[in-house]
Amino acid sequence: MIAIIDYGMGNLRSIHNALAKVGGNPIIISDEKALSDADADAVVIPGVASFGDAMRNLTPFSDRLFDLVYSGTPLLGICIGMQVLFERSAESDVAGFGLLAGDVIRLPDGVKIPQMGWNELTIQSDTDLLAGIDDGDFFYFVHSYYCVPEDERVIAATTDYGVDMACVVEKDNIHAVQFHPEKSSRKGLLILKNFVEMVKC
Amino acid sequence: MLAKRIIPCLDCDLGVPHGRVVKGVKFKQIRYAGIPWELAEEYDRQGADELIFLDITASHERRETMAKVIEKTSDNVFMPLTVGGGIRALADARTAFNSGADKVSVNTAALRNPGLINDIAKYFGNQACVLAIDAKRRYRREPGMEMVDTPDGECWFECSFYGGREFTGIDALQWAIEAEERGAGDIMLTSMDRDGTKDGFDIELTAAVSDSVNIPVIASGGCGNPEHILEVLRDTNASAALAASIFHFGEYTVGEVKECLRKGGVHVRL
Repeated sequence: MIAIIDYGMGNLRSIHNALAKVGGNPIIISDEKALSDADADAVVIPGVASFGDAMRNLTPFSDRLFDLVYSGTPLLGICIGMQVLFERSAESDVAGFGLLAGDVIRLPDGVKIPQMGWNELTIQSDTDLLAGIDDGDFFYFVHSYYCVPEDERVIAATTDYGVDMACVVEKDNIHAVQFHPEKSSRKGLLILKNFVEMVKC
Repeated sequence: MLAKRIIPCLDCDLGVPHGRVVKGVKFKQIRYAGIPWELAEEYDRQGADELIFLDITASHERRETMAKVIEKTSDNVFMPLTVGGGIRALADARTAFNSGADKVSVNTAALRNPGLINDIAKYFGNQACVLAIDAKRRYRREPGMEMVDTPDGECWFECSFYGGREFTGIDALQWAIEAEERGAGDIMLTSMDRDGTKDGFDIELTAAVSDSVNIPVIASGGCGNPEHILEVLRDTNASAALAASIFHFGEYTVGEVKECLRKGGVHVRL
């Protein structure tokens, strides 16, 4: 069972439908007790809201989330759900989870903010999550800030939007994507399928 | 590099049980009429980047029908979905988002109450608020209006509301700039002079608005063939182009349009 963390900021229908479509067994989890009781095989932190709001609403889940991550349960962070895995963000004074070392900073001057639309991936390392994904495949992005990992080895793919930025990061059981796979049609579903396969193994 | 977006627009008549897509569909050509979510799936297969569902019936009780259409669509179609037509208040927007929409587009309600743009942007994010502008050329100079050079002479562009039935006296360029300041994430810009003509987009209108704002502009109105889309995306700063009948009638697929754009040097998702 894949737990989608509902931190009360938006609609999770698309990510739920997409995970179900690729053979996952998603359930939407709305409080920490439900997460503790759920016996989740994997956790998804979806991408809605701003960094500060997301962290404030995720904090009640944090003990159980850390337990799951430290015990090796696969985690997928999407958009803001990726950014909160880092230490801090220029968007807010609220600290991130710090599961990955690094910062979240604003997109550079000279590009339209937010980045909204389909952009291409450049693959930096072939990982299980990116099986079947090629350089130049497009994914749907909506964001104003981006992640700068301290350790470049966690960067699995980048995208170019005024700056070359990490858009897929992976470290052990932690996986995160800046784009919305649940809004990225066939290739987005493939990434979610790869994640679901990982969970089954 | 960010791709230019191709957006089929599904004008939905929700006066029948499951809704149907009606734009350009005359009684004799009923084979092109479609169930909204089936057409949506077809456009997904063809490589559409985004879909817009416009409720052309737009009466209040139809809101739930549109919600069902979006729910059915979002079971199988995984791309950004916009709902427009009849979004009058935050509650209408919430209904749309809960059914699976990613964005709502507002026109009349925002002109009557510009704060609605701020509210939608605040509660659901800038990216969730599309401002739709229906603009018509006015060649008579009026104080305070931004005049734009065109091959037909100088003109300004007047915003219309209530589905094009009434005019506002508001300058479309100034309204677009205000909408950006209020937090709109996209501007869906329809030329009333070109809409339905298949003569091509209003290049001067699209250029003027897309040069005046920093948010993406979706060009709309007048698309008759892929070359029209190439022209507007190559010659203006528009980020996207919207078309309805060329796709619904099966005249062109989204893929054919994108192939034409690629050959013309426009960056698209193929």
